Amino acid sequence: MNIQTSFLHLFILLPLLGCLITLLVSGKRERAVSRIAFFTTGLQLLSAIAFLVYWLINGHETLNIKDIVLYKTNDYEFYIDLCFDKITAVYLVVGAFLTFLVTAYCRDYLHRESGYKRFFLTVLFFFMGYNITILSGNFETLFIGWEILGISSFLLIGFYRDRYLPVKNAFKVFSIYRIADVGLLLAMWMSHHLFHENITFLKLSNDAMVSQHLETHSLIGIFISLMILVSAAAKSAQLPFSSWLPRAMEGPTPSSAIFYGSLSVHIGVYILLRTFPFWEHQFSVRVLIGILGLSTSIIATLIARVQSSVKSQIAYSSIAQIGLIFIEVACGFENLALIHFAGNAFLRTYQLLVSPSVVSYLIREQFYNFSPRENTIEDSLPKKLENSIYLLSLKEFNLDFLMYKFIWNPMHAVGNKLNFINVKQLLYFFIPAYLIGIFFLYHENSIPPQIHGYFPIVFSLMGLMLVLKSFTERSNVQMAWILIILNHFWIALAVSFNEHFSYNETLFYLSGIVAAGVLGIYCLRKLISRESKVGLNYYYGHSYEHPKLAFIFLLACLGLTGFPITPTFIGEDLIFSHIHEDQFLLALITCLSFITDGLAVIRIYSRVFLGPHVKTYHDTPYKSS
Amino acid sequence: MKTPNSSFDEQHVLHELKHYLPAQAPLKDFIHHNTLHAFQKMKFHDALRTASKMFGYTVSLTLDEFRYLYATHKIREDILDQVISNRKGAKNLKEWKQITLSKQHENSCDPRIGKLRSVWKEVYHIDMDSLVQPLLFRTLCSYLDQGISIWNFPSKGDLGFLNSLREMEKNTFSSFFKTSRARKLLKEGSCKIEDLLKILVGDETLYEQYLYDQQFAHQGWSGMVSAIEDQPQTLSDQRKIALHDLIFFELLLEIDALDDKFGKIWAPINTKLEKKPADLFTEVPSTELSEVFAIFQEAFEWTYYDEVLAGIKMQPVHKEDKSAKSFQAMFCIDDRECSLRRYIEINDPAAETFGTPGFFSVEFFYQPVDGKFYTKVCPAPLTPKYLIKEVGAHEKRQKDVHFQQHTHSLLRGWLYSQTIGFWSAFKLFTNIFKPTIGPATASSFKHMHKFSQLTIENKNPEDKENNLQIGFTIEEMAQRVEGQLRSIGLIKNYAPIIYVIGHGSSSTNNPYYAAYDCGACSGRPGSVNARVLSFMANHPKVREILKSKGLIIPEETQFLGGLHDTACDEMAFYDEHLLSPKNIELHIRNKVVFAKSLDSVAKERSRRFESIDTHLSAEKIHDKVRERIVSLFEPRPELNHATNALCIVGGRNLSKNLFLDRRAFMNSYDHTTDPEGKLLLGILRPAAPVCGGINLEYFFSRVDNQKLGAGTKLPHNVMGLFGVANGIDGDLRPGLPVQMIEIHDPIRLLVIVEHFPEVVLETLKKSPETYEWFINEWVNLVVVNPESHELFVFREGGFHNYLPLTKKIPAAPDLSSLFETHPENLPVYSI
Repeated sequence: MNIQTSFLHLFILLPLLGCLITLLVSGKRERAVSRIAFFTTGLQLLSAIAFLVYWLINGHETLNIKDIVLYKTNDYEFYIDLCFDKITAVYLVVGAFLTFLVTAYCRDYLHRESGYKRFFLTVLFFFMGYNITILSGNFETLFIGWEILGISSFLLIGFYRDRYLPVKNAFKVFSIYRIADVGLLLAMWMSHHLFHENITFLKLSNDAMVSQHLETHSLIGIFISLMILVSAAAKSAQLPFSSWLPRAMEGPTPSSAIFYGSLSVHIGVYILLRTFPFWEHQFSVRVLIGILGLSTSIIATLIARVQSSVKSQIAYSSIAQIGLIFIEVACGFENLALIHFAGNAFLRTYQLLVSPSVVSYLIREQFYNFSPRENTIEDSLPKKLENSIYLLSLKEFNLDFLMYKFIWNPMHAVGNKLNFINVKQLLYFFIPAYLIGIFFLYHENSIPPQIHGYFPIVFSLMGLMLVLKSFTERSNVQMAWILIILNHFWIALAVSFNEHFSYNETLFYLSGIVAAGVLGIYCLRKLISRESKVGLNYYYGHSYEHPKLAFIFLLACLGLTGFPITPTFIGEDLIFSHIHEDQFLLALITCLSFITDGLAVIRIYSRVFLGPHVKTYHDTPYKSS
Repeated sequence: MKTPNSSFDEQHVLHELKHYLPAQAPLKDFIHHNTLHAFQKMKFHDALRTASKMFGYTVSLTLDEFRYLYATHKIREDILDQVISNRKGAKNLKEWKQITLSKQHENSCDPRIGKLRSVWKEVYHIDMDSLVQPLLFRTLCSYLDQGISIWNFPSKGDLGFLNSLREMEKNTFSSFFKTSRARKLLKEGSCKIEDLLKILVGDETLYEQYLYDQQFAHQGWSGMVSAIEDQPQTLSDQRKIALHDLIFFELLLEIDALDDKFGKIWAPINTKLEKKPADLFTEVPSTELSEVFAIFQEAFEWTYYDEVLAGIKMQPVHKEDKSAKSFQAMFCIDDRECSLRRYIEINDPAAETFGTPGFFSVEFFYQPVDGKFYTKVCPAPLTPKYLIKEVGAHEKRQKDVHFQQHTHSLLRGWLYSQTIGFWSAFKLFTNIFKPTIGPATASSFKHMHKFSQLTIENKNPEDKENNLQIGFTIEEMAQRVEGQLRSIGLIKNYAPIIYVIGHGSSSTNNPYYAAYDCGACSGRPGSVNARVLSFMANHPKVREILKSKGLIIPEETQFLGGLHDTACDEMAFYDEHLLSPKNIELHIRNKVVFAKSLDSVAKERSRRFESIDTHLSAEKIHDKVRERIVSLFEPRPELNHATNALCIVGGRNLSKNLFLDRRAFMNSYDHTTDPEGKLLLGILRPAAPVCGGINLEYFFSRVDNQKLGAGTKLPHNVMGLFGVANGIDGDLRPGLPVQMIEIHDPIRLLVIVEHFPEVVLETLKKSPETYEWFINEWVNLVVVNPESHELFVFREGGFHNYLPLTKKIPAAPDLSSLFETHPENLPVYSI
């Protein structure tokens, strides 16, 4: 263990330690809570700068540290890998600087806000996810950070959990993040098959090695690049995902400023920079990224021009700049992109922080310099064209609507078709079917080989059906929860048919699911025994009276979504390694299952515990707030 | 327009609807008012019950909160007994006490509003609000926007909202709608609200209820549109809009949403209705629970009132004070001046202070140097005929690139983010660790330059601008000065310097900045008014006229205008150079008194601020208080009117020796100069709506911060420079944010008048709209007999003798050490 390794560890452990200590402090002790965050981030900033100096003096070569091996079989290894180079350095320092300043800012700003501790805890948690992401040296490590970012974003956007819009928008953003997850999962799956190992980013920059692999598998290469691009575009709010960013501005202004104004939204850029050596020689991919960036920046600029609320205006200007950064990355201007990232992050953070001042400032400016309605460049367009572009921009080019139309509505439609499933059918059909499946698994030799190939597909489809049903269930919470658990069992069964591997692996995968599943059922039953109204048709807001139960249930949710707190997380990756590279359909279905899983779980959590409280003996907010 | 055989009268319904909607104007003109003004025709408790049932508002503290207050003796038992006996009869005391204190009540609220429109979700399975509101709000905000967007709403001229939309819809490749019917209906322009309701609702008798349901699903936007419709001048960049237009467009969007989901085949809402929802307006009967709330509310109020009244009863009766005064100072009646007056009197016992509405009886529009608009600086209901212009001074306003639109353009944004972005990082750092005043600060001292000139005197009545007379003539000046002096009873025994001190407030990063300034100046600082009154009262010709009317002001007496910033506790004085050499000396001495008093005020205020160590010396605390107004991250630069509860109209003898904890509005009034109550009417007429309005806005924002208040201000997003909303798709949030009301105890204002009950009653009845406030119990009234200090409480149109249950008012302990240890409301002490 040398000094460099310990520093890199420190950057992850510090925020983790901050989180843990915060958990121990009572929420009433505001000073103590904010001090922990202040010192954690302050120390992080100081050590980041110190390390940066040390690293620069010592020749600033790229560091790659193969860390703990979490799981290992003959042909599979899951390990944490950390990496430090110029990209990480910039992201590390900018991130620590902004988080430090914003925690300092929030010490007084959030005074007396209910959820003071919850806020700082989530910020530190987010900060940890951010640091894991930017320090990661392979896809697996990246994915851990990625998942933490997703869930903590959900919690930060939905910070005001007693109102409808924050919760709804938090869920919306989470689902876009889930799309980014699909991209990453598929990219991981394919790269595993391409390189026959969990490859580190450092190896990716080995030109000769990469091009040798890609020579024979150029389509696979393009597929991986495209999946990476989907993830990056979703995380950085590029087309067609842009509309989530302004909707993420639901938390306290400083958290919107730092996370959605700057850090979170630049993670897509990070992943592009990180994987640049991989797609550097795929000219078509580079052109595509450039075109995507360009079209985003043009459209986002148009939308920004018509925004009449401060925060959405800043959000869209930021998206437009990130579009330009995408172009810079595609052109290979890494340094420019990094400078642009830092500048844009600082500028937008500050603009958002001072956004409440815009009233007194602009009203004053107007008072002294009023000239009625300045003409803008658009006025020189033909009227009809001007009107059309204006209207389109006002409607955000229908981006939000399209997300509904092409992603959520079809999912709902399928789920609604499955309305026939009820508890009885579960007992009478799905359980015997599952048992038959297991029976066949033990007598596999008796299955004709022509049919055998279809088994995994059919079983994984069964799983997908269950989870889609869970996603659209409106009344029976417990059933919705159990359906999600069952889904994992079907996946395990399906993949077991696909390739023979030790039962330990299945056990590994399902252990977390079962533990989290049982914990979840316990929470739900406890809640149902105390409250008469528990369902999924509305938001019920039970965290108002049961905050502790809500927290425990959240942990169960995390477990069930394969969050890196149970072995299931590694299990998911394992499962994927047993899907062959030519089994695209199976991979897709499994992937969809995982994604819908996460959505269904978070939906249950949101509907049961978040939103306006169903009991109205106290003041409850309007749905439109 | 009422068509034959129709039960739906559009004009009437819209008129009534507007009445119920929030009446808050755009942020820059924030003026406090009774949030439930629509119910003011009813008695207070009836109104609360009705409003709660109709609209689902929470209208009092929760039962648990009340019972906790009782358990912690914040509600006294003897007072509770008295209230129950008064309301329920002494023989029912035991039964009702049990009902109040321990019975389990079903207390969830099931409002009437929204029932009809909930059918969309229940039966049609369509989330109408989510489908319609985002585009509706966006379109409204873009149309009304005052300067955030770079590319403005394309339609120009005074077409009005709906016509602008129509013009756009006719000439575009895109559309507001997804389907053709709505598009056609908008373009044709021949149909009325009624026709659209026919498509959606079907049954005429349900139209009214449907519109209420619809508009109260976003009362913030509807209220703003209604307010702008009634007073378009409240937007600097004026926009023509009417509530009718909003409703029309929203109905079209609803039809569009339904057409999009179901095609053209769907039946109106009345066909899916099993039974008609309860009528919104039928009387709401009183229930046991509503009685419990009324009892608790009154017991809570009288627990505090009783102490105060006991204290006042013990004060010496008014005697003419002939001792020489070192100086006199007029302040606003504002509750925030309460403690400053106390410290001035303590630090200089020979000083005398007065309270009067902070526009100092001079009503006019003000136009600063380079200002493009006129600013009204008098109570909102008045429409002045005068204009006062600032001339002479020039100061460069600081600019801040972060608010400028170039940062949002693509290419310049590219350049800016790589250059100015790094400057932002630096600024952020300094702003957090060493905040200083910058362009983001709204400073009360910038309302008027310290060394500018004002066009106060009018020598030629023809000198007009936009129908406003520039300045006042000598006659008009004398009239105002006389009125001012007489109303506060300052008619003899003049000191060498009489200060006229307006007030304002500075803050940073605060969209509510206007709510912190002087309410009597329409939410602006009172510096100009203070200076104008001083000029008038110093004018030799005015003095001559005053002399002829019996107000003999010695020649050496000079008036001096000033401004007190209630957030940072700083004071500025204007035209000091006009003081006589002798008075300059006195002024220098007085300034020391002011400075010392301001330090003490800062210390007293700091007990409410957790971030300040109250054990520090007053001077050190004052420095920290100054820092609050320039800190970006300080959502509470000051606490404004929080905890206000009293309005004392009478001599200073009533309150001088009482510690009232900054909870009282104080209007100086000498009943001996006004035996018939003529001046009193002039005082009560504005005091009831202004102080009562402030009090009730705090009251309702406190008890239902979600529906009647603005919620926490931390996530607020500024919309079009006129309002705030949560996030980008939320409804506008009228009312006060939680940061302004969290320490407020929701009790009604108690107006205490020093005079004879019969005179007060007669006076009140002269003004029916003022009388309404009292007879309907929106403010409480107690009259103090000036000779005997007997107390009379106003109830059911008559005065009844009141004997306080509190027998002793404790002497104040060392106040400054009390402040170090007690952040909560303090009891009344005698000092």
